[in-house]
Amino acid sequence: MREKILNLLEKNSRIDLKELAILLGITEQEAANEIAQMEKENIICGYYTMINWENTNKEKVIALIEVKVTPQRGLGFDKIAERIYNYDEVSSLYLMSGGFDFTVIIEGRTMKEVASFVAHKLSPLETVLSTATHFVLKKYKESGTVLPDKGKDERMSVTP
Amino acid sequence: MRNPLSNKITQIKPSGIRKFFDIVSEMDDAISLGVGEPDFDTPWHIREEGIYSLETGKTFYTSNAGYKELKIEISNYLKRKINVEYDYNSQVIVTVGGSEAIDIALRSMLDPGDEVLIPQPSYVSYEPCTVLADGVPVIINLKEENEFRLTADELLEKITDKTKILVLPFPNNPTGAIMEREDLEAIAKICIEKDIFVLSDEIYSELTYKGEHVSIASLPGMQERTIVINGFSKAFAMTGWRLGYAAGPKDIIKQMIKIHQFAIMCAPTTSQYAAVEALRNGDKDVEDMRESYNQRRRYLMHAFKEMGLDCFEPFGAFYVFPSIKKFGLTSDEFATRLLMEEKVAVVPGTAFGDCGEGFLRISYAYSLSDLKRALEKMKTFVSRLEVIDRNMK
Repeated sequence: MREKILNLLEKNSRIDLKELAILLGITEQEAANEIAQMEKENIICGYYTMINWENTNKEKVIALIEVKVTPQRGLGFDKIAERIYNYDEVSSLYLMSGGFDFTVIIEGRTMKEVASFVAHKLSPLETVLSTATHFVLKKYKESGTVLPDKGKDERMSVTP
Repeated sequence: MRNPLSNKITQIKPSGIRKFFDIVSEMDDAISLGVGEPDFDTPWHIREEGIYSLETGKTFYTSNAGYKELKIEISNYLKRKINVEYDYNSQVIVTVGGSEAIDIALRSMLDPGDEVLIPQPSYVSYEPCTVLADGVPVIINLKEENEFRLTADELLEKITDKTKILVLPFPNNPTGAIMEREDLEAIAKICIEKDIFVLSDEIYSELTYKGEHVSIASLPGMQERTIVINGFSKAFAMTGWRLGYAAGPKDIIKQMIKIHQFAIMCAPTTSQYAAVEALRNGDKDVEDMRESYNQRRRYLMHAFKEMGLDCFEPFGAFYVFPSIKKFGLTSDEFATRLLMEEKVAVVPGTAFGDCGEGFLRISYAYSLSDLKRALEKMKTFVSRLEVIDRNMK
């Protein structure tokens, strides 16, 4: 049941308890209890809105930065991660397997702003060996949702 | 000039759905709940296999009965899902949709005058296909009080010396009814006693929301007298690929292959390659779609209850079949007014047999947001009807 609740919330964090209960064939109380419990266990960590900023007037630049680091003795990657994710500009941070160590996702207003973050904040960190910055040109799909307008229902309207 | 047409074909009525389709297709802002196919796209990995088969030049005929790999997968699937073993080589035929399988099964088994028992409300093709095969359709009117399941008594009442085939269309389009193991056991017993064959149309088998789907072919003594029909349209959202199959006794399948060979040659090759992928790696897709349908089913049941529309709880397919008897309108009048006044299209129950009078088929092969929009409008319409009803009293 938890997984079903999470699947629905992941697609629509605004879904109300009543609807959730109807869809899953449980009571509102049961749904509320499960959600409260999952919030407590830090399984549900927040409720977000997916925004296609491209369709607004607001300029927004997103960059994905590959970062190589030297882990510090006794501290490992977690401590370095903390130094990186504490910057407000960092929207996501992942530890990676393979050719580099961290993926840092930065959101800024302009490319200049992002470049400045990399040059003045990220690169100077003593553990950072190198960075490679990739700017996002267009978002097609995010968190399972295709962002361009979905096509019309092309099925014939009435069929046996 | 002589009449170019055959009497047999001109006497067959066109499908009752046609009328609504014609009206709806002229309206550009109508919301339809009249569709009989999934709203999901075919899962991408399945489509990709179809594309890949084209890229690698798999553009030839397959053998008449179907691509060998696919027949093997179908045989494995049936073993896994309904626990019946079929020899892929002699007991399986791949057809152009489940509809072709229905047609050629009836043509392979009927002689003029043989009677075919057809429970209704049900899919529109059993009756005309029986007539085209020179059989005599005998309709069994299913009842809402039995949740539109077929009972032993209803079956016994219609059996004559001429009865040869019972069509068993469950999970059912349009009612959403299912037959559970006990229901089927009672039917199987009679079929064995009276020596009747069963055409079990299980095209909606994956869309069962109460326990696991049970096939009558899996009951003792039934495999040898049952043709199981299934396909890819509903389970894997593959309607446009036109791919189905039948599995059954090899003597019957052999004759079906003969008709198929002369009329069709073979099912589309691209679709057959894609279908292999569907059966090998599609279980998770089916499970996800089933969960979505089930959620919408619960939502609709709840919404109908709130708006005062009576409806038994269906546990299969993607239809609900509410009763509108209390409004004093026929199914056709209700559906026509709903379409004209609120621009919501549903299919009158009568399109699936006379005993569908007083009911509507409502499809939930739509996103929840589409369903909500349509339900709002239905609610407005129904509340207006009740007012009229009260004024008349």
